[in-house]
Amino acid sequence: MMRKSGKIGLALSTPYLLFALAFVVFPLLFSVYLIFHRWDGMSAPVWIGLKNLRRLVSDSLFYQSLLNTLQFLVIHIPLQIFFALIFAVGLNSIKIFRGFFRAVYFMPVVVSGVVVTIVWLQLYSFDYGIINNLLTQFGLPRVPWLVSTDLAMPSIAIMATWKNVGLYTVMFLAGLQGVPEEYYEAATIDGATSFQKFVKITVPLLAPTMTLVVILSTINGFSLFVEPFVMTGGGPLNATLSSVLYIYNQAFSFGHLGYASALGFVFALIILAAVLIQRKFLETE
Amino acid sequence: MRNRLSTFVTYLFLAVFAIGFLYPFLWMMSGSFKPDFDVMKLGLLSSHLTAGNYALVFDRIPVMRAFLNSLIVAVAVTGSVVVFGGIVGYSLAKVKWKGAKYLTVFLLFTMTLPFQLTLIPLYTMIVKFGLTDNLLGLILPNMMTAVSIIMFRQFFIAIPDSLIEAARIDGCSELGLIFKVVMPLSRPAVLTVAIITFLTSWNDVLWPLIVIRNRTLMTLPQLITVFVLGGEAESHLGAELAASTMLAMPILLLYIFFQRYFIQSFISSGVKG
Repeated sequence: MMRKSGKIGLALSTPYLLFALAFVVFPLLFSVYLIFHRWDGMSAPVWIGLKNLRRLVSDSLFYQSLLNTLQFLVIHIPLQIFFALIFAVGLNSIKIFRGFFRAVYFMPVVVSGVVVTIVWLQLYSFDYGIINNLLTQFGLPRVPWLVSTDLAMPSIAIMATWKNVGLYTVMFLAGLQGVPEEYYEAATIDGATSFQKFVKITVPLLAPTMTLVVILSTINGFSLFVEPFVMTGGGPLNATLSSVLYIYNQAFSFGHLGYASALGFVFALIILAAVLIQRKFLETE
Repeated sequence: MRNRLSTFVTYLFLAVFAIGFLYPFLWMMSGSFKPDFDVMKLGLLSSHLTAGNYALVFDRIPVMRAFLNSLIVAVAVTGSVVVFGGIVGYSLAKVKWKGAKYLTVFLLFTMTLPFQLTLIPLYTMIVKFGLTDNLLGLILPNMMTAVSIIMFRQFFIAIPDSLIEAARIDGCSELGLIFKVVMPLSRPAVLTVAIITFLTSWNDVLWPLIVIRNRTLMTLPQLITVFVLGGEAESHLGAELAASTMLAMPILLLYIFFQRYFIQSFISSGVKG
């Protein structure tokens, strides 16, 4: 019996085993191979030892893209958690229209990033953008959202928060609905205020969801591509050059496939390290 | 009294942000029917409504072809991910064999791999196979995903073994079991995997930009990105908004009818993924 089911299990898994060999294992090995080669994609790859890695260590654009991602995350993650939490608490406290609001908040999550980016590109426009027009109507100065090197990445981080916050709102909301009502009732009897209940009961019970939000947002930040690609082309002065955009440019604008692959490898290691560190710190709390 | 006030404030707060989420989409849709000089106005109405923006888009780029390309790719990828995800997930959940444990560990390992790692090597493989400028180049590398297999496995484990044994005794083959017994019992999982896969495929731009250069083979989001960036829109804002409206509409329509399933899918895949 065991032998027969062994054959069945293997047979049923074979399609995936072949797929994984072709599209997971082989590319993985090939990426290691490419780190040590210079390659334009057409002529034969040339062994160059550690040159790609040495170049990466002294590549100012590599550090720039890393710092840009960091800047994105430092703004994006707290904003995301803050708004998702208050939206979720708000939605959890109402009865009528909850489904409607939830659906509206979630809408940007399902729509293509290209759509969101094209629309926000207009909203952020310096001379004609609706946001700046509104500001001037209130007597405020125009803000150089995407044209200032200091503001371009924060502007993209705000837009990304607008796009994704609905996802984290519904996750928090699902978490809140799993909190037993008795906890709050017991706290009320003990004379706790709403704020105390929020800090002492709600937040700790949502901690696992929060860890997830931080990790997903981090991976998101490192995957940023279409937003800077369409909005700024990575500018001004590389202020919005994201890691994936830099890989893309090296590979497809300059034809440095070996170096682009090395960049991808190192960025992947950084992402894995970041996620591991976040897990370790957030999950023990 | 206090309670009523706080309810009012909550609704007001939620409503203000609801407008903040809805307005950009409404502005986009109304702007797509406005002449350029009216687009940047805050109001959603215009006395000069025109279909000219759409005419310009249809004139400049093969939108219908791109829509079809996107649909072919997304349907093929989704179908394959569901079918193979179901088969492999079943072999991990309900067939007792030694490899199941190792394969599960391997799948969990591949789930942690960032896509940046294999992006360039995958591209070079597509080039080697001669699949650039070919929709297969978009379909093949996405035909199976570790996440979907794991999700099916988790769901199938909860199905009682007695049910499967009974079907086996009735002479049902393993494949018949999967598609006639196990999958129909797992509609929520099928729906979740299908929705997430379809959306991911439909909205992807990076991979199409890398693999496809021929305009008649581009996917819809890719073509529209190229349209806006490549200057073909000639900075006609109305045309850009018309293009993005066309890109958003199919998903928005699906979303309006199935929003419950969409949201549920994201929650369950996010929590498990």
